Order: sequence, then C-alpha cells, then structure tokens
Amino acid sequence: MKAAPFEYARAGSLAEACALLAQHGPDAKLIAGGQSLVPMMAMRLARPAWLVDINDAADLQQIAVDGDHVRIGGGVRQARLERDAAIAAKLPLLPQALRWVGHAQTRNRGTPGGSMVHADPSAEIPLVAVTLGAELKLVSEAEQTWMPAQEFFLAPMVTAIAPDQCLAELRFPVWHEARTGCAFQEVAIRHGDFALASACAQVALDEAGRCTRAAIGVGGAGPVPVALTDVAGQLKGGMLDERAIVDAASAAAAGVEPEADLHASAEYRRHLAQVLVAAALRAAREAALNRRPS
Amino acid sequence: MSERQYTITLDVNGVKRSGIAPARMTLVDFLRDVLRLTGTHIGCEHGICGACSILLDGEPVRSCLMYAVQADGHRVTTVEGLAAADGKLSPLQDSFCEAHALQCGYCTPGMLIASHALLETKADPSEADIREAISGNLCRCTGYQQIVEAVKLAAERRRKEKSA
Repeated sequence: MKAAPFEYARAGSLAEACALLAQHGPDAKLIAGGQSLVPMMAMRLARPAWLVDINDAADLQQIAVDGDHVRIGGGVRQARLERDAAIAAKLPLLPQALRWVGHAQTRNRGTPGGSMVHADPSAEIPLVAVTLGAELKLVSEAEQTWMPAQEFFLAPMVTAIAPDQCLAELRFPVWHEARTGCAFQEVAIRHGDFALASACAQVALDEAGRCTRAAIGVGGAGPVPVALTDVAGQLKGGMLDERAIVDAASAAAAGVEPEADLHASAEYRRHLAQVLVAAALRAAREAALNRRPS
Repeated sequence: MSERQYTITLDVNGVKRSGIAPARMTLVDFLRDVLRLTGTHIGCEHGICGACSILLDGEPVRSCLMYAVQADGHRVTTVEGLAAADGKLSPLQDSFCEAHALQCGYCTPGMLIASHALLETKADPSEADIREAISGNLCRCTGYQQIVEAVKLAAERRRKEKSA
C-alpha cells in the first residue's frame, strides 16, 4: 500500500496552482485534503507524475455570503464548514450533511472541492450541491468558467473537470423565505461509512403552510447524485401534508436507477430512497414550521 | 531508479526535527522510520482504521492520508507527546490503564489522540460525544466500552485537576 513515485510542488495561490497544472500537463494532479486521493494512490488506482499541493493557497479558503449566494472556496476544510456561523444561518443543509461525511479526523483535512472532484456517487457534499443547484467555478491558467453542479457529474468518479482546471469555488443559492427548512437523511452500514443511500430536502412554506418552493435530491442510488426537480416541482402550491410527502417519496423512488453491489440490492436501495425522501421532507417541513421569521 | 528526495523540517512534540524522504512517503512512515517515533501505529494505510491518528497543528488527522512532504513547516503531536517530559502518563493515558481500555494495544495511540483532541475542546463530553470522537478509530479487540469509560474517567480527573 505505497504510492507510486511522484514529484511534489506547493502552490501558494490559485494562479500558481493553475500554472503548475499547465506546466506539468495531464499527469499532474491537485491535492487538497487528500482524504480520497491518497487512498487511491496507495492502491495505485491513481498514479500522478506530479502532485500540486493547494493547501497553502489562501485564496481557495474563503467563505463569503453576498446577498443571494454563499460562496465557499474549494479548499475550505469540511470541519470549518461544520462550525461556521454564516453557513449555519444561510446554508444549513450543508452542515447537516457534513455530519455524515467521514469522521472528525478526515473532516479536519477534507475539502468540499475534493469531495466534488472525487465524485463518489454516495458522497454527501455533491448531493447537496446538486440538490440546491450550486454553481462551480472552474479555473485554468487560460480561463475561468461557471458550471452548474447538475452538469458536473458524468459517472461514478468521473466529472466534467478538465485536467488543467481547479474547482476554485462552490456558489450556493440562499433561500430567503422566512419559513425555510431542510434535512439530510442517510443510511450507512456504520456511521461515517459510504452511504447505501441518502436523501436531502429543502422546502419553503408560506403563512398558510403551503409549499412555495422545494428541492429534493437522492444520492447513492445511481451513478451520480440526482436532483429530483420534477418531483420537487409537483409539491409547489400545495399543502405539504403527509399525503403529498408519501406521493413525492414514491415518485422519487421511481425516478432513481440504483444498482446492486456487495452491500445492498437495487431493490433495497430504491426502498431506502423512498423512505429517506419521505423522512427528509417531513423533517424539512417541521424545521420550516418551527422557524420563527426573523 | 533515483527518486527525488525532499528535506522535511517540522515541529514534533515541541522539538524541531528534520529528515529526508521521497514525496511518496506518508507522514506516518516518516515519523516511524525516519524519526524513529514508533508510538504512532500503522494499520490499514488507507484511512479506514485511525491507528495512525496524530495532531496536525492541534487537530486530529490521519497520518497515513498525508505525505510527509506536506507536513513540512507544520506542528505535529504524536502519542509520545501526550505524556509529561519525565515520562509520567497524562490523566487520559492513566485512565486507559485504570479502566482496562486496551487489550492488544494496536489501536491505542489513535484512540488516545482522538480522545485527547476531544477533551481539549470539551471538558465534560457526553457519552455520545465520546463515541462520535472515536468513531473513526477501529478496535479489533472490540473493547469500545472500556475505552468510552476511560475517556469519561479522564474527563472527570482533568476537571478535578483544574478545579484543585
């Protein structure tokens, strides 16, 4: 379990990282927290010739809230996101999801950028990004582009990022509705393990308790995390009662394409998708109802 | 094949240490094989078991999931750094003995680091806090119950020491 030989360079900034990627070509890889890449290298599933370390790039470690968005640098530690007051207030779904991400020791190193580009189908941060419609800032030496998270994931462990690009920032929309609630639900064999399936939901309710906006996502039940936009859209305008929740959960289960593996059958994963979507919607509704408009 | 070697200087348990390693050497291998600090154990070498836990700049991390060259310029605390300079065990270490929190001892350095980090931030952790803090550490003797009890005992002792 030792990595193949490689050479190492530290980038002090995003620009330096992009320059190093351009210089060393497709055999160079960025390393941030390394919590997925180092095991991949130990098992020699990845054998980069160069590792460009972006842990010193301070410009990748910013958290900012500007009106309609929460902007998170790709290199922010997951442990910091868990504790950040602005994130808790404006993007509460993310800290809820982070409770399920690995363990304290891995969250102290792991980053949201790393989770995204690793693209494990059962990973929590990608699911939140897809569900809420986050946008990703991809930067290379030549240019920078924005890509919707929903277009980023192509297959298990495969994304649309180019070898010379760095995921510099994740931009999440803020929901301003007074009565907004969210929840993240997951089943794993042990806490901290990869999810057998996970689901999250965010809902906004009006004064009468009618749903004005909803987002639902399911992870671990297909090759990539999916936002169930149509199912969520069906909830809009109606009361978010038990019947609406059960119907949405059934539609969600019908809308995913889980595969069987050693840990769970496809049927079981589909069942979990249904149960977890219902649980997430119920908990999100309760959170929205209990929230005192500020 | 001549692999490029990197000079690595870091603060280990309050002492400045240097060594030479190829980029692919993990931090745990560097601590054990180059600096000869064999208190930190290597279990799975891919971030599952937690035996290699250390404090990096005060935070618990897995030293098999970092290359030594990445730790250049940083501050590391290993299990050797938990005891007093004269070798006297810390209240946490002593509580592990007291509560029989180790059988084979393989997971112990990682368990100590994880629980030490918890007690540094929470003086009076609940049982759930303790279980959460050591959830990334596997004990194949499955002595978890005694480990939880040891951490509870240590928290109590530390609080008494503070108030005394």
